[in-house]
Amino acid sequence: MIGYLIGLPLFGAAFLLLGGRRTNKWGHLLATGLSASSFALGLKLFNDMLALPTEDRAMHQKLFSWIQVGGFNVDAGLLLDQLSICFVLLITGVGTLIHIYSIAYMSHDLDRRRFFAYLNLFISAMLLLVLGDSYLNLYVGWEGVGLASYLLIGFWNQKPAYATAAKKAFVMNRVGDMGLSFAIMISFVTFGAVSFSEIEKHAHHASTAALTAIGIMLLIAATGKSAQFPLQAWLGDAMAGPTPVSALIHAATMVTAGVYLITRSNFIFDLAPNAQTAVAVVGAITLLFGALVGTAKDDIKKALAASTMSQIGYMILGAGLGPAGYAFAIMHLLTHGFFKAGMFLGAGSVMHGMNDEVNMRKYGALRKFMPITAITFGLGYLAIIGVPPFAGFYSKDKLIEVALNAGGAKGYLLGGAALVGAAITAFYMSRVVILTFFSNKRWDDNAHPHESPILMWLPMAILAIGSVTSGFLFTNGDALQNWLAPVVASHAEHAEHSELLPPMTVSVIALTLVAIGVAIAVFKYRAESNPNTPENVSIFTRIARKDLMQDAFNEAVFMRPGQALTKSLVVVDESIIDGAVSGIGSAAVGSGQMLRKLQTGFVRSYAALMLVGIALLLLAIWVVTQ
Amino acid sequence: MNPINYLYVASILFTIGAIGVVLRRNAIVVFMCVELMLNAANLAFVTFARINGNLEGQIVAFFTMVIAACEVVIGLAIIVTIYRSRRSASVDDASLLSR
Repeated sequence: MIGYLIGLPLFGAAFLLLGGRRTNKWGHLLATGLSASSFALGLKLFNDMLALPTEDRAMHQKLFSWIQVGGFNVDAGLLLDQLSICFVLLITGVGTLIHIYSIAYMSHDLDRRRFFAYLNLFISAMLLLVLGDSYLNLYVGWEGVGLASYLLIGFWNQKPAYATAAKKAFVMNRVGDMGLSFAIMISFVTFGAVSFSEIEKHAHHASTAALTAIGIMLLIAATGKSAQFPLQAWLGDAMAGPTPVSALIHAATMVTAGVYLITRSNFIFDLAPNAQTAVAVVGAITLLFGALVGTAKDDIKKALAASTMSQIGYMILGAGLGPAGYAFAIMHLLTHGFFKAGMFLGAGSVMHGMNDEVNMRKYGALRKFMPITAITFGLGYLAIIGVPPFAGFYSKDKLIEVALNAGGAKGYLLGGAALVGAAITAFYMSRVVILTFFSNKRWDDNAHPHESPILMWLPMAILAIGSVTSGFLFTNGDALQNWLAPVVASHAEHAEHSELLPPMTVSVIALTLVAIGVAIAVFKYRAESNPNTPENVSIFTRIARKDLMQDAFNEAVFMRPGQALTKSLVVVDESIIDGAVSGIGSAAVGSGQMLRKLQTGFVRSYAALMLVGIALLLLAIWVVTQ
Repeated sequence: MNPINYLYVASILFTIGAIGVVLRRNAIVVFMCVELMLNAANLAFVTFARINGNLEGQIVAFFTMVIAACEVVIGLAIIVTIYRSRRSASVDDASLLSR
């Protein structure tokens, strides 16, 4: 039953890719239908789960025996529990909406069938990622989504810059994937198993050092896939893909795989406090990093991408705070899935009406021309900056609260970062909204902004409803927290609980900071004359525009030395290793040339040689026998 | 007469033969020098038989003569054939190896 969740979209991808041009006419409908049926199946499974008592809810299904080497057995198995069903519903639900949106968005694209095939491939790989019952199964899905992401970022690969962006994303993801493969290797050495249940059972007996090593490796994997510091540089360029891809893969689902990985591995992180702290620190750094980059981007999609990075930073921060934070990290992940996907689709809708213009400085006053887009985008905006009662308020506020309550200096630093991040988020998101929908009109004369067709605005509207209501639904009676409790239950010996500030105070502080951020943005960009081109700006803005020099840093620290290393290795290879091998060859040839001279073809010289030889032989015998 | 003197003669003959094989170009002369060396060896065998007072050396000398006769038959046949094909009896001309 669970297998069909993955199988349906996988079948769609295979069918559309193998079917070729014959499926052009109706391929997108098939893909959307399969994604929707996967969603329906997910809903049914969720419904079944609700009917069961808590301890029976996790469903395990063995597909086949995958690897059997000596004492090492890995089954290809699927695990559907309270955590994975959240992801299943998010992936297939948002995925189906984005399939529907793409029917209209990609209607003029000649390669629409291929696009839908890749989307289906992504859905099935992502489902495999969240449904795998062992790290090895998860790894297959992990690589599958990487492949789908690569294919979709480079979907318009006729533009070299887009193809390069796809390659960049792929290569940076490989760095993270290396971390995951190391984590699998270490856990195999430590536990002799790679399945979640086995490792969870034996985690108590493992040494802290081994657990910390696994944790750090998993963190590296998460930073790669989730665009976290220091492997964040690819996400901005990944916006080269079509906008539905940015919404589905690079906002709602794939980039949150890191959060899933860490939450799923809670039994490791809870026993490795150092690794857990590292997770929280990475999250805090990234949430500020992404927020700062977001303040300076003029490209609407890149601003949203920076925002995604920052929001996932919040989730990683939450996941790094231990049992107190897992549920809220997942909650923020789900609400973020709604509002960020909605806003990306809104951005796509704006681009659709503006001749694919992405520069926000060439928008302005669009609310009159695309009211539905403006409203749905605005609801997403209110959700992301955390205005009550929208979804982001519940999830982000809880994360800030948990961070502040982490205790000691850690609590002040992490909580402070989360609060500052909230203020910056309010600023840059207000900037996006004001520059796009309010302010003065700055677009070219040949742009004719118009509202998008219903196939596009309907998904946006549904996602907007989600971003309004989901937060309340999840927190009402601690619904999500209780739902996830069996999966992320505390594994630590003692769960310390301290409260730095009462929740109410935290909310008030956060809202005040948000209000300040919004006020600054309104004050700065409300002016009727926002310049069309970036004005003379401070050095800080210029650095932020360049993604805080992350590419320059990577180039100077990793790429150039890496190239120098490979070049020197080539030199060593060619001179020393090749030299030794071909030296032996030419030595043999040379000595052959010399010996060849002895073979003259003259009988007399042979005879003379023989004579000399015999004479020497006799002499030797004589000397020896004397 | 001391039999050792025969050995001196044999070694002188052998040396002359060897020098002839190495230095002369005409195949017939080289061939005759080879015969000379064989005969020097024969003389040495016979002399040793005489010195030791037994017959082994004498018998070996007969064998050598038979072998020398066979060798002459084959060797002369080869020389004549080479001469017919190359119009030369020089051993140096019979080299086919390139330099």
